[in-house]
Amino acid sequence: MDGKNIKYRIGKSYVAQIVTTIFAFACVIPLLFILGFIIKAGITKINWHFLVSIPKPVGESGGGIVNALVGSILIIFCASLIAIPIGILAGIYLSENGKTRLAYWCRLCVDILQGVPSIVIGIIAYFWLVKPLGGFSALSGSVALAIMMLPIVIRSTEETLKLLPSSLQEAAFALGMPFHRVMFKVVVPVGISGILSGVMLAIARITGETAPLLFTAFGNPYLSFNITKPMQSLPHLIYDYATSPYDDWKNLAWGASVILLLWVLLLNIFTKLITRKWKVQL
Amino acid sequence: MDTSAKNSVITRSDLPLRVINSTPETIARAQKKVRRSFRQIRTETVFRRTLTIMGLIMIILVLGILLTLIIQSLPSIKSLGLKYLWGKVWDPVQDIYGAWPFLLGTLLSSFLALLISIPFSLAVAIFLGEYFPKGWMPDFLKNAVELIAAVPSVIYGFWGLAVLVPIVRNLENHIGVEPVGVGIFSSSLILAIMIIPYAASLGRSMIQMVPSPLKEAAYGLGATRWEVIRSVVLPYTKSGLFAGVLLSLGRALGETMAVTMVIGNTSLIPKNIFAPGNTMASVIANEFTEADKPVYLSALIELGLVLFLVTVVINLIGKKIIDRFTQ
Amino acid sequence: MESTIIKSRNFNASFGSNHVVKNVNIDIPRNHVIAVMGPSGCGKTTYLRCINRMHELIPGATSEGEMTINNENIYDMHPIFVRQKIGMVFQRPNPFPNLSIYDNVIAGYKLNGIKLPKAERDRIVEHSLTRVALWKEVKDSLNKKGSFLSGGQQQRLCIARAVAMEPEVLLFDEPTSALDPISTSTVEELFHELKANYTLIIVTHNMQQAARVSDKTAFFYLGELVEYDETKIMFTNPKDNRTQNYITGRFS
Ligand SMILES: Nc1ncnc2c1ncn2[C@@H]1O[C@H](COP(=O)(O)OP(=O)(O)OP(=O)(O)O)[C@@H](O)[C@H]1O
Ligand SMILES: [Mg+2]
Repeated sequence: MDGKNIKYRIGKSYVAQIVTTIFAFACVIPLLFILGFIIKAGITKINWHFLVSIPKPVGESGGGIVNALVGSILIIFCASLIAIPIGILAGIYLSENGKTRLAYWCRLCVDILQGVPSIVIGIIAYFWLVKPLGGFSALSGSVALAIMMLPIVIRSTEETLKLLPSSLQEAAFALGMPFHRVMFKVVVPVGISGILSGVMLAIARITGETAPLLFTAFGNPYLSFNITKPMQSLPHLIYDYATSPYDDWKNLAWGASVILLLWVLLLNIFTKLITRKWKVQL
Repeated sequence: MDTSAKNSVITRSDLPLRVINSTPETIARAQKKVRRSFRQIRTETVFRRTLTIMGLIMIILVLGILLTLIIQSLPSIKSLGLKYLWGKVWDPVQDIYGAWPFLLGTLLSSFLALLISIPFSLAVAIFLGEYFPKGWMPDFLKNAVELIAAVPSVIYGFWGLAVLVPIVRNLENHIGVEPVGVGIFSSSLILAIMIIPYAASLGRSMIQMVPSPLKEAAYGLGATRWEVIRSVVLPYTKSGLFAGVLLSLGRALGETMAVTMVIGNTSLIPKNIFAPGNTMASVIANEFTEADKPVYLSALIELGLVLFLVTVVINLIGKKIIDRFTQ
Repeated sequence: MESTIIKSRNFNASFGSNHVVKNVNIDIPRNHVIAVMGPSGCGKTTYLRCINRMHELIPGATSEGEMTINNENIYDMHPIFVRQKIGMVFQRPNPFPNLSIYDNVIAGYKLNGIKLPKAERDRIVEHSLTRVALWKEVKDSLNKKGSFLSGGQQQRLCIARAVAMEPEVLLFDEPTSALDPISTSTVEELFHELKANYTLIIVTHNMQQAARVSDKTAFFYLGELVEYDETKIMFTNPKDNRTQNYITGRFS
């Protein structure tokens, strides 16, 4: 091999590294553009009035998004109420019964559920709740979102608990503790950071979901606290007003986008902090 | 692990727990302890059953979804038959239902998005997995890529509508196609950004799993860094990377809001990649609440069924490949 | 006089089709220290875990035969009762990492939801920690996490945790194998103290340890109980030549 050839190969390696780096960081550019643009367009729309009043009809400027904020909080709260207990219990089931047949199928179904498009979940909630109950309701939206949360909560619970050493459980069993106390008093508290971060991720994910709400919570231009009636939510409001032809409404949607973005961002940061802070040293 | 299923007969002889200093209080306490232990045993049994039921619920949930979709699309399957899937016209007013425009729209936008995103996600995977696994710069990149996945799709859609569509319209003006802006191409661009994280993060963990002796052997033979990546890392992780691409594809196929907002929502067969169109998800989102005839609604749900089946198959194949790779 | 507390007759245990404890017959006298010895993989741990029904926690693990405590069949009781009567200390110290030292000692009550008056709790904690000779070392840092202690201290904390439940029998699975010599001798001294109130069954690989601490010794080989006798006799005049070989180090 002559020196020229080696130089060529080393050069090629450098070029490849540079190209890879450029492509990798190119991903960040659209993200920065999107974040920058939305914050620029929306931040000026946000003030106290924006947060506490409902949207104005076409033609009037001003108005706010309180109906969507309240709606989002209520819908997500109900979804969490459904998904967190079921998710954690199912996660415990999977981590404890790892090799049984039922667990195999259960795990398969969780995998499937994770990939189901959100719009399909919307259809399902429509037929399971909206139609039987005779109308759109925030509750049906919550159920749809809960179904979307489940796989994330289950998987994170299962993965977290599986990583804990078996000596932990044995220590508890050896003290004569019944199974449920071993789980809730020892295993879950030690794995709480992992479980919580899964829960937070799940909440962050459903906060931005619109598709399952289109035919369930349906949207509502007024402030409502009744979960058996249609209800507005942040992403739904953004969708409705962003695709409307009116500038006032679009402005409202920009403001709402910033709020939604902040919400999701904070949840993600919070998740990271939890994982770091609450981690029990084994 | 089932401790109590067998041998869980409780005999009376369990009762006397040892009482060290037997004063009336300590004896009373021991009795109380025994009583609560019996209570706990019952709770334990209930708890175990509850866990199993939770496991069952997941299975029932997925079967329920499948069944609901099938039952609700029966009217359409019965009256339209299989040719529904390649019917070229969708005109609910005339009661003509053909799904081909949406299948085509979905395939075009998803695969175009995949094509655009693969170089970027691969670059991220190689950069984070091989070149710089640690440090503040890769940390920043990692968090940024995670953030891409965290931004709600309706925000991508809004941004696309406000910023990307005018840019694409300009571009279309330049290359001389009808300048609508909205269309397959715009939605592919948005989708491409949105699906980068899925393939990237999976690819990264796969690349990090390449055993270092393998790489060292190649370095030992005098290979350059790039040659090691080309001839060791990439071939070794090929199936894992493919699984990442599959998962990305699954996301792209099912993505609804961002696409609905920028694809143009027409039921005509797209003439080229710049033309407006509709995907399966976007047509459901748009027309579901307007569908006034049973067959119309049912035809939409059949689209949902197809979408469900396709994404399930893609995801399961992806997961199987990952499982095999990680073992 | 000696009264038998634990007795097994024709006791067998398996992991799936792997038969690891074969036909064990043994009588364990109250308030004695019993050492269980034998080459690696001969089923000592498995047998020990059968005594308080920890064995069945492993998927696929089965057992059959008679195992009694005070002439009552352990396998007719609920495991919760068994494990409250028969405490266990493991090879690696495993204090609850999320609990303080204080709460670790009282864990058997606290985590079981047994409410005790504060004075009573304090008494149990002090009493148990004193028993394991840890009280002086930790009495000023009872609110620190248990995992901050040294390995030997953690192991004594785990013993205190088991002792606090006032069991009748304490099982130890190689309790000193993860400890340094000084901690080891502290724990060994403990055994003498504990003997007055409890029956101790100790699995160990260390023959000097067995000779030092135990009253009787059981020798396991390939799942069978080969010999079981007074420790002095076992080490001076074993009857079975497999025991002889083991003690003289001819196989390990
Ligand atoms: N969790 C398990 N699953 C399946 N088989 C096991 C398990 N634990 C132990 N075994 C098997 O049971 C046999 C006895 O193991 P055991 O742990 O009782 O041996 P031991 O005498 O305690 O050995 P050591 O002195 O090394 O601790 C071993 O041959 C092992 O193969
Ligand atoms: Mg052992």
